Amino acid sequence: MSIPRNWRTRQQRYSLKAEVCNTCGNTIFPPRDVCPHCAEQKQSWTNLSGRGEVYSYTTMYNAPSGFEEYTPYTMALVKLSEGPMLTAQLTDVDGNGVAIGMPVEMVTRKLTQDGDEGQILYGYKFRPLLRQAV
Amino acid sequence: MLKPDRDVGIVGYGAYVPRYRLPASEVTRIWNDGAGGAPVKEKAVAGLDEDTVTMSIEAARNALDRARIDPQEIRAVWVGSESHPYAVKPTSTIVAEAIGATPNVQAADLEFACKAGSEAIVAGIGIVGSGMGRYVLAIGMDTAQGRPGDALEYTAASGGAAFLVGPAEESVAVYEATLSHVTDTPDFWRRAYVHYPSHGHRFTGEPAYFEHITRAARQLMAELGAQPADYTYAVFHQPNTKFPQRVGQMLGFTSDQIEAGLLAPVIGNTYAGSSLIGLTAILDEAQPGDRIFMVSFGSGAGSDAFSLRVTDRLIERRARAPLTRDYIARRVEIDYATYARYRHKLQMK
Ligand SMILES: [Zn+2]
Repeated sequence: MSIPRNWRTRQQRYSLKAEVCNTCGNTIFPPRDVCPHCAEQKQSWTNLSGRGEVYSYTTMYNAPSGFEEYTPYTMALVKLSEGPMLTAQLTDVDGNGVAIGMPVEMVTRKLTQDGDEGQILYGYKFRPLLRQAV
Repeated sequence: MLKPDRDVGIVGYGAYVPRYRLPASEVTRIWNDGAGGAPVKEKAVAGLDEDTVTMSIEAARNALDRARIDPQEIRAVWVGSESHPYAVKPTSTIVAEAIGATPNVQAADLEFACKAGSEAIVAGIGIVGSGMGRYVLAIGMDTAQGRPGDALEYTAASGGAAFLVGPAEESVAVYEATLSHVTDTPDFWRRAYVHYPSHGHRFTGEPAYFEHITRAARQLMAELGAQPADYTYAVFHQPNTKFPQRVGQMLGFTSDQIEAGLLAPVIGNTYAGSSLIGLTAILDEAQPGDRIFMVSFGSGAGSDAFSLRVTDRLIERRARAPLTRDYIARRVEIDYATYARYRHKLQMK
């Protein structure tokens, strides 16, 4: 686990801090130097709503190192309501409860930890909308 | 009693309860052959990817959704808990970063067993009431653990609440005054590097819980010239179902007054979150003009008593975030084996 890289990306990981392109107006996540839509460089910070929907998903039974304790878990492509698509773990779901198009919202959860002595990494995951999850 | 120079209140509040529930009957099944009564019906259990940091962030976001203030105006983020994920490295800095309150902010983790959350509120009243800062975020949150088979295993639960303390003129409820009663009492403790707590059996009831709560409560009401009948609601720390019912009775409150805030039967004892999340459930249904009496209790031992009056801002603001009962209704029952996995009671290496 890279401590400097995790530190640099903490705000986008904790709270989906994103950018809006000053030239073409598209929302950019994760933040980067050059707009992927128009290749211009000027951007402003923005906060995303955290709402989106499941575009596609898969269930992980064999996890990469550091994620074994969470198996089985569901990884999804989430299309945010502001436009960007990102890959994230779904949480607070049971295996059979996920569907394409399902509305989801961002929550900040534990992603992994570096053994018993290293740092704990927190970041975004998505869950079914709370009030619909009842 | 403590009363700040400027009037202070709750500008926003938010609860969090994880979705898993361990019925008390599961603990009885494993440890007592299914026999005997239980101190609660069931308790809330955090999932594998939840801890005091993640639960505090969600409760804080709910409080901010209700308050709709600029998080850059928050001057302190204080998290009271006995289950901070790190022994050294604050929970509060992670929460402050996640809600956008960094960098010009006080941040600290408070510890006083189950009183750490209300301690953060009193400190917040001091900052706001002195004019040093406009808003303080005070959180009480825990993922409490009991030794397997111990009586605490029925009740030691996960959950809590966040309160954005701010000026009275922006508040949904205003603090009339607060008063604390604190002594050195050996009722419950956990030494450094030890996983599960110990309790001084003889001390847990009368000299600790009942003594501190009733003394703080009576003295505050006396100094305010108030009576139990003046309050629509009362909420006390809830280590089980019976203690808060009994202490309410001792003080002269009726079961109608304590019902709305009595959550221990369905979520267990959320330690530093216990009386605080009870207060959120009351704010979810209180009406303008209602008065609320709250008393926390933390082992070691002490109680903070608060007198609150609800304003007409509450009605509009409470609809802006999930109600405490929305979280309680989001319920997935688990068995003891799943509980053992989720709460890391299995030795993997
Ligand atoms: Zn662009």
